[in-house]
Amino acid sequence: MLKREKRRYLALTAVCEQPPSEEAVLNAVQASVHTLFGEYGASKANLRLIKKRPEKEQIVVCCSHKALEQVRAAIASTTVIDGKAGAIHVLGVSGTLKALSKKTETN
Amino acid sequence: MRRFADLNLRPPIEDMNKTESMVKKASELGYSLVAIPLPSNTSKEQVSQLRHLCKEEKMDFATRVTFAPRNSNELLQNLRRYRRKFEVIAVRCDTKDVARQAAKDRRVDLLQFSVTSLRKRFFDEAEAELASQALASLEIELAPLLQLTSSSRVRLLSRLRKEVATATRFHVPVTVASGATDELLMRGPHDYAALTTLFDMKLPSALGALSDNPWTIVERNRKKLSADYVAPGIRVVGKRTDA
Repeated sequence: MLKREKRRYLALTAVCEQPPSEEAVLNAVQASVHTLFGEYGASKANLRLIKKRPEKEQIVVCCSHKALEQVRAAIASTTVIDGKAGAIHVLGVSGTLKALSKKTETN
Repeated sequence: MRRFADLNLRPPIEDMNKTESMVKKASELGYSLVAIPLPSNTSKEQVSQLRHLCKEEKMDFATRVTFAPRNSNELLQNLRRYRRKFEVIAVRCDTKDVARQAAKDRRVDLLQFSVTSLRKRFFDEAEAELASQALASLEIELAPLLQLTSSSRVRLLSRLRKEVATATRFHVPVTVASGATDELLMRGPHDYAALTTLFDMKLPSALGALSDNPWTIVERNRKKLSADYVAPGIRVVGKRTDA
């Protein structure tokens, strides 16, 4: 039987000259993954948008647990969001959405 | 729990508002110690102002100076003059002569190399051997890695990979610092640790380079700068007062 792939959920927040849209943040992360690891790396990372939390200015994305460090590196190396200078910070990482929301609430 | 440190936060210290916001950001990102490079003629008032700023954000502050001497004589002069005034001393090694002298001098804490001119990165096996016998650590700034693009970033990553491997082989401690001059270039310690995996640094060593290694440098120097310190391994534990 095929084993289910483990995922990691990441809560992200963006700091930018102008508040960026959630799609712009995700596009910036995906572009960064492409730049650093190419299409092969991006396919292994399996990065997806899970949730938008506009009230907290956060988005939740998920990736393969094996590619977590690569995705974090790509997030950290993002310096441009939607054509403007910006930065993306990881607020928390977890294996389940429930644990992630607990983590980000306590932080 | 790990205590993270950024030994090279570079706010424009003449602009107190920007410095304050960067210190605040460092605290939010989870650092418990920051060192800000100061000019060698900095006043005590400025130092106490920065210390107060960090204390308000519940962070420790260490004074740091970065020398960029032109030759080894200038380096020795600077060390003689300023070693007892700063908690962390970094040397920017732009010539081989300076790099070798800095690596073997026990008064130097951090060895820093050019990120733009890779020919000026002199951290080879000979340098690592000298550094391993003294107390110097290799400092890696991560802000340039964020700012550089395409081929220059590729070349820097490749060079850093070699240097980290050499440092590991010769047991030279590595210190990772932000080198951030702007809030947008600041990242959390775990994000920096993830960035170091790009040049094949193992995650536990990367976390050590952001926490244990910088703290060891600061604590060792604070002991040396305290009034109780006599010589390596000897300190005054109490004074006998004859009645």
